[in-house]
Amino acid sequence: MVAGRFVGQSVLRREDPRLVSGHGRYVDDVRVPGMVHAAFVRSHVARARIAALDVAAAERLPGVRAVYTARDLEPLIVGPLGATMYLSAPIPSPVALASGDVRYPGQPVALVLADSRYLAEDACELVRLDYDVATPVMDMETAAESEILVHPERGSNVVSQSRRWDDDLELAIRGAPYVVTRTFRQPRQSHTPMEPHGVVASWDRFDGELRIWCTSQRVHEVRATMGRVTGIPEQRIHVVQRDVGGAFGQKGAMRPEEIAVVLAACKAGVAVKWVEDRHENLVAGGHARSDRIAVTMGLDHEGGIIGAELDHLEDAGAYPSLGSVGGLVAMMFPGAYRMGGVNWSTRAVFTNSCGRAPYRGPWNIESLAREQIMDAAAREMGLDPVELRRRNVIARTDMPFTNASGMTYADIDPAAVLAETLRRFDYPEFLEEQSEQRGGGRRIGVGVSLFVEPTALGTGTMLGTEAAHVKVSLAGKVTVALGTSSHGQSIATTMAQIAADELGVDIEDVSVVDGETDITPIGGGTGGSRSGVIGGGATHRAAGHVRDKVLRVAAELMEAAPEDLETDRGRIQVRGTPTRSVSLAQVAHAAYVDTKLLPAGVEPGLEALVRYSTPAITFANACHICVVEILPSGQVEILRYVVVEDCGAMINPMVVHGQISGGVVQGIGGALYERFCYDEDGNPLTTTFMDYLIPTSTEVPFIEISHLNSPARGPGGYKGVGEGGAIGAVPAVRNAISDALGADVTDGVRPCDLFESTPLAGGSSR
Amino acid sequence: MHDGPGELSVTVEVNGQLIHGRVEPRLTLADWLRDDCLLTGTHLGCEHGVCGSCTVLLDDRAVRSCLLLCAQADRCSVTTVEGLASGPDELSPVQRAFMECHGLQCGFCTPGFVVSVTAFLAANPAPTDDEIAEALSGNLCRCTGYQGIIAAVRRAAEHMAEARGEVS
Repeated sequence: MVAGRFVGQSVLRREDPRLVSGHGRYVDDVRVPGMVHAAFVRSHVARARIAALDVAAAERLPGVRAVYTARDLEPLIVGPLGATMYLSAPIPSPVALASGDVRYPGQPVALVLADSRYLAEDACELVRLDYDVATPVMDMETAAESEILVHPERGSNVVSQSRRWDDDLELAIRGAPYVVTRTFRQPRQSHTPMEPHGVVASWDRFDGELRIWCTSQRVHEVRATMGRVTGIPEQRIHVVQRDVGGAFGQKGAMRPEEIAVVLAACKAGVAVKWVEDRHENLVAGGHARSDRIAVTMGLDHEGGIIGAELDHLEDAGAYPSLGSVGGLVAMMFPGAYRMGGVNWSTRAVFTNSCGRAPYRGPWNIESLAREQIMDAAAREMGLDPVELRRRNVIARTDMPFTNASGMTYADIDPAAVLAETLRRFDYPEFLEEQSEQRGGGRRIGVGVSLFVEPTALGTGTMLGTEAAHVKVSLAGKVTVALGTSSHGQSIATTMAQIAADELGVDIEDVSVVDGETDITPIGGGTGGSRSGVIGGGATHRAAGHVRDKVLRVAAELMEAAPEDLETDRGRIQVRGTPTRSVSLAQVAHAAYVDTKLLPAGVEPGLEALVRYSTPAITFANACHICVVEILPSGQVEILRYVVVEDCGAMINPMVVHGQISGGVVQGIGGALYERFCYDEDGNPLTTTFMDYLIPTSTEVPFIEISHLNSPARGPGGYKGVGEGGAIGAVPAVRNAISDALGADVTDGVRPCDLFESTPLAGGSSR
Repeated sequence: MHDGPGELSVTVEVNGQLIHGRVEPRLTLADWLRDDCLLTGTHLGCEHGVCGSCTVLLDDRAVRSCLLLCAQADRCSVTTVEGLASGPDELSPVQRAFMECHGLQCGFCTPGFVVSVTAFLAANPAPTDDEIAEALSGNLCRCTGYQGIIAAVRRAAEHMAEARGEVS
C-alpha cells in the first residue's frame, strides 16, 4: 500500500496537548457529587485461616460510612468474578474479599468507606484481623508435589499441564552430534503502569443505573464482568474511561478490589472512589513472568537443528487472571528457525503469591530460551552465533511455513530481517573492535535475538473481532467510534489517520471516540498487539464503506460515474477536473435531508458500522542486537542497541518507534533490574520503587530502530507491534552479557548479582 | 472534608493566584493541590518520592509534592504543570517539545517530567546528553523507554534558545 496523506506519516498526537498541560482525565481525577473514599484491609501473610475479624472500632471512627467484609458483599454476588475470556480456563474465580482464609499476601479482607482516603486508611488501622498462620506454598518447583494446597477445594496445586512427546525424536536429539542442555529462568515481575488500578462507581437505586469510571484495557469487559457479578442488566451499566496511565496487560481483567468497590457502591448507595497506591500495586496488583524452562537441543555437524525438548513451568500465583501460557510457549519456541521437531511438557502451578496477569508478550520465555540456547550451542560448536542462526533461519520464500511445533506463519521474512540488522550494525567491524578491546582487558559482549511475534491473537474469543462505527455529520465531519480503547497507544491519532485517508478528509475533521460502553460498538480493547491490526482493519473497512456511498451519492449529484471520482480534503471531484466537485457536507445533506437526491437503491444516512475479524494470527518479526560492557564494578552498561522490525505497513512510524522503545526498555528491566521477591514465609520484600527497580533514563541506551515491510493480508497491511520490544530485549541483553563473561547467564541479573557473584563474573557457569 | 480541630491556615500562591486554605497538618501538598485546588495535573505514581510524577515547582525549585505537607508550602509559591504555559491555549516550550518528540504515551508521568525539565533547563540551558540523562533520572516513565523524552529535552533547549534570540 502506498503511504497516504496521513497513513504512514509521523502525525503528531492529538492526545498530547491535554496530557502535556496537565488536563488529562484519569480515574483519580473523576469526582462525583457525594462521593466517598475506599481503602482496603489486606492480609499481611501468604496463607492463614482468619481467626477473628472485628470491624467495630473502625465503624465507630467519625467520618467512616461503612466497613464491609465478605459477609456483607457476598450476598450481592450472583456470578463469577473472572475475566470473560477465561471463564472456562482451569483457574479459580477470584474472590472480592477473603472469606474464611487468605491465600496470598495483600489479599483484600475488608473494605472501609469514609469521607476521605485519609480517614479510610485510619479506619483500616482499627480493624482487628487475627490469623492462624499456616505454611504457604512459595516454591513453584515443588508446588505440584506439595501436600499443602493453595486451593484445598481443587485437590491439587496444578493449574494445567500439557505434553507432546515423540520418543523417536527424543532418541534423535539425545543421539545428536551436539547436545546442549540449559535451564533458563526469568524473575517475577510487576507491570508497574505509572497509574495504578482504580475505579469510581455510582449506583442509583432509583433509576436502576450503575455508572462506572475505570482505568482498564477494555471497557466492555468491565461492563460484562459487573453485569455477570451483580446481575444488573448490562444495558443499565454504563462504563466510561478517559485517559489510562498504562497497563501492559495488568488492566486486562478487573481486579477483585475494583469489583469489591463497585459492589460496595451498590450496597451503600453512594458513589465510591478507590485508587490503588503503589505499595498495593506492587504487592497485589498482578504479577508476571516468574517461569522457568529446561531446554535440550540436538544439532547435527553442520549446525542444523535436529530437534528440541522443552520442560516449562510457570508460577500462576493464587488467582491468575489468565490461563496457562505453556501452549503458546511451545508453539512459538521454534521461532524463526527450521527444526526437525519439538517435544514439550508444560505445567502451571498455584502458589500462595500474587496471581499472574498477562504482561507484554506473556509467552516470551520461548524467545529467551531459544535465543540463549542458540548462543550456547554455537559456543559449544565453536561457531559464530550469527552463523548458526543463518544456517537455520527461514525466509520469505518458505512462506507459508509451518514450524516444528505446528504453528503456520505467513507474510514474514526473518532471513531478510536478520541480514538487515547485521548490515546496520556492521557485525564484522564490531567483531574486530571487540577483539581489540578484549585485548585491552575490557569485557565487551554482543547478543543477538531473532524472533517471530504472534500479534492480534484471539480468533474465537472476545479478542477475535473489533468494530468501528464511522459517521459523517451534516457538516461533513467524521466521528469514528471504536470498541477498542487506548491506554497510551495513540489510538485517537492513528485511527483518525486511517479514516481521514479512506474518506479523503483532513485529519482535523475526524474525531475518534473510545472508552465508553454506551456509544461504542462492543469490542475487546487493547492488548495482545491487536488494536492496530483489528481496530485498524475495522476502521479501514467502515470508512471504506462510507467512502463507497459518498462516491455513489456524489456521482448522482454531479451526474458523473463513481469510478471517475476522487476525494480530497473534504471535496469529491471528477478526476482531473477539480472544478466539478461537491463537498462532503453536500453529500451528507443529500443523505440525511434531501433524500430524494439519492440514487435509486441507496438508503438514507451516511454511516457504517463494520465488524472486522482477523483471519488468523498476524505474524510480525524482528531482530535485536545489543552490545554490553561489564564494568569492573559489576555494572552492565549497554553500549549499543539496534532493532530491525518488520511490522508490516506502519500507520504512524513515530508511534511504532515509541512502542518498540518502550518495550525494549521493559525488556532491559526484566534482564537487569526487575525482580519481585518474597522470603520463604511469603513476605513480599520489594514493595516500593526503592526495592523494585525499573529502568531510569541513566540505564537506557539510544535505541537505533529501522523497519522492513512485509505487509499482512488484512486491510492496510498492518501488523501488531506492541509486545515485540519486550520479547526481544531480554535474550539480546542476556546473550550479550554471556558473551562478555564467557559464561551463560540463565536468570535475570541485577547490579548486585554481578557485583556479588564473582564466580559468574570470573567465568564459571551458573 | 479536612475540617476539625488542629487545622492550620495556609496561604499559597498557586500558579500566580493566592489561595487561602485550612488544612489538616498531615495533608500532603499533592493531595491539597489535587483535591482542594482541583489541579489534577499533578499525579501520584508512588507516594514515596521515587517516581517523580507529582513534581511541582516550590519557589521555582522542583520538589515532590507527595513528600511535602501542604503546611510546609505556606507562604510559598507553587507552580504546577497547569501553570507553565503563558496562556490557556498555549503550551510551554517544554510541553511543545514533548509533543513534537513523542515524549509521552499514556501521559501519566508526563506532568512530573515536564516540571522537572522546566526547572532543569532554567538552571542549565544548554545541557549535554549525559547531563540530560542524569537530570531525568529522578522521574520514572514506563511507556517510552525515555527515547522521546531525552529528545524532547534537547528540542526544548533549542526552542528556548531560539526564544532568547540565540541561533542554534
